[in-house]
Amino acid sequence: MENNIHVPTVAELLAKGESPDLLFWVGCAGSFDERAQRITKDICKILQHVGIKYAILGTEESCTGDPAKRAGNEFLFQMQAMMNIDILNGYEIKKIVTACPHCFNTLKNEYPSLGGHYEVIHHTELIQSLIDEGKLKPADGNTFKGKRITYHDPCYLGRANDVYEAPRKILETLDADLVELKRCRSNGLCCGAGGAQMFKEPEPGKKDVNIERIEDVIETKASLVASACPFCMTMLQDGVKIKEQEANIEVLDIAEITVKANKL
Amino acid sequence: MISQIIFFILLFSAVFLFSKNARKIYRNIKLGQPLNRSDRPGERLKLMLLVAFGQKKMFKKPLPAILHLFVYVGFCIINIEMLEIVIDGLFGTHRILSALGSFYNFLIFAFEWLALGVLVSCVIFFIRRNLLNIYRFKGIELKDWPKTDANLILITEILLMAAFLFMNAADYSLQQQGAAGYHEAGAFPVSQYLSAMLPESANTLVFIERFCWWFHIIGVFAFLNYLPISKHLHIILAFPNTYFSKLEPKGQFTNIESVTAEVKSMLDPSIPPPSGEVARFGAKDVHDLTWKNLLDAYTCTECGRCTAACPANITGKLLSPRKIMMDTRDRLEEVGRNISKNGTFKEDEKSLIDSYITREELWACTTCNACVEQCPVNINPLEIIVGLRQYAVMEESQAPSSINAMFSNLENNGAPWKYSQADRANWANK
Repeated sequence: MENNIHVPTVAELLAKGESPDLLFWVGCAGSFDERAQRITKDICKILQHVGIKYAILGTEESCTGDPAKRAGNEFLFQMQAMMNIDILNGYEIKKIVTACPHCFNTLKNEYPSLGGHYEVIHHTELIQSLIDEGKLKPADGNTFKGKRITYHDPCYLGRANDVYEAPRKILETLDADLVELKRCRSNGLCCGAGGAQMFKEPEPGKKDVNIERIEDVIETKASLVASACPFCMTMLQDGVKIKEQEANIEVLDIAEITVKANKL
Repeated sequence: MISQIIFFILLFSAVFLFSKNARKIYRNIKLGQPLNRSDRPGERLKLMLLVAFGQKKMFKKPLPAILHLFVYVGFCIINIEMLEIVIDGLFGTHRILSALGSFYNFLIFAFEWLALGVLVSCVIFFIRRNLLNIYRFKGIELKDWPKTDANLILITEILLMAAFLFMNAADYSLQQQGAAGYHEAGAFPVSQYLSAMLPESANTLVFIERFCWWFHIIGVFAFLNYLPISKHLHIILAFPNTYFSKLEPKGQFTNIESVTAEVKSMLDPSIPPPSGEVARFGAKDVHDLTWKNLLDAYTCTECGRCTAACPANITGKLLSPRKIMMDTRDRLEEVGRNISKNGTFKEDEKSLIDSYITREELWACTTCNACVEQCPVNINPLEIIVGLRQYAVMEESQAPSSINAMFSNLENNGAPWKYSQADRANWANK
């Protein structure tokens, strides 16, 4: 990995007789999707920078089961959940940060009744608390200063779990020209990937959901759209591409923005 | 005396018929699966007061919210007037509550303005619905009966309010003339202007006053019994429906307990598989849904805020959350008629899935919760969609092929894509 950051696994720490204060749940997209991998690495950079004792599960991590559950396969979801809970409980994990609102929602809300009780936060909440504690501060003359930035609410962060403020507070520290999408916060429009749509072709219709959404973004005249979900990233990036706006609109995760602004 | 008897018969029939229909609806809702929504009563009461009584979610759209508030407040408060009409009708008195003196004048004064507010709002609603091009008033599910239903409700409310105001106008004229039986009572800030339009003959005025009085009360009785077959039940059910709302985060879907038992025994052979009756996984028909889903269906007033916010619908897909609710209600009514006719439900070779809701609709949902968020009375179409998906997947193994591929990747590799679990942390070394 660049900058020679070593990402420890929980098993590795355990071998040294140690345990992490925070488990970083990478998620499937964060592990395998090339675009999302960059976000994963940026989250590691942030964790490393502020000196949190964290670890990942590495090859012991498995899908939370979210796409199976939303698609109606409760068996598969609960199998995944119980296997993950076995591993998490075996390592006595107390606190988890996720890079994906879908993992976040599932771990936080759907694991407890199956025996998995953890304090689960999304990476935007972590970054916001680090800013509040003064551990992260945008560098002087950060690249986002004065830039027109908008934010797309991921459904499973916003509506599903009422996390609207954390990502916005992070953007507010950038001294940028922030603008809301016409459909934002609880009225936000889905990117089109949720409910296992990511893994199938859309049903016949007039247009794709991500096109409808990217039109909202274009309307704001923002040169950067921030989000906080690997699936939203894919959908927004595709939308930008189809609308041939690549030269005008950048799509970045809040974690990437934080790393750039803090020059980590 | 004759009119008192007629009034009594009408009142009795209206209440009897309404309670009969209400019991049928209650029976139908009870066909749903059990679900505990009796926890945290304080929180529930607060939610009901905010969302149903206070109409909090309506104010996402300010203009319809204000117009609706006029109709709602008017409707609730003018019902005090109904009390007087019922007493007058039963005992042959006239404006019995005028014994309250100046407070009565204040009441009538307020009723008049409210009635005007209701009337004007309903006219605007009618124009919005029929003449303006508003997205949520279109849609394939809003043709035929649902469209007629909506317009009938608006027209009835306009006529009832008009009758109330003309009744007062005639009464006011008669009071001015000192006609026998029409003592001075009430204040008529609106209808005094209408009285100028009326003829001067006392007999004609009495006829108009009586006609409007009867028209108003018969209209109200008829409307009461129209409720159970119309979308307008929300005026009653909005209250229990918001009280019994889901209090958990919107993203939290219920874990099916019968699946938990099976999965536990699959993962740990020392745990015996659950015995007894094999439950159906997911929902094929209305009785597989929870009673709250069914209450939702009866509460829906087809406003379409859900559909107008649905990412699938606004991009031209077949899915409409409003249609999901209307289909659920239509099927439930059909099942109810079947039970009324046969004593118990007789298999009719129909089901909510396929006979009413197609697979194409089900699979277009992104589970984004926009419909749930928008509903002013906390209806949850998403639970029904997921319930039907669960049936399609777990009972029938019928999902789009790419979804099945995702399932098998998940099962074999622990990820929805075809990557090996052993490669999961490779990104860290890149």
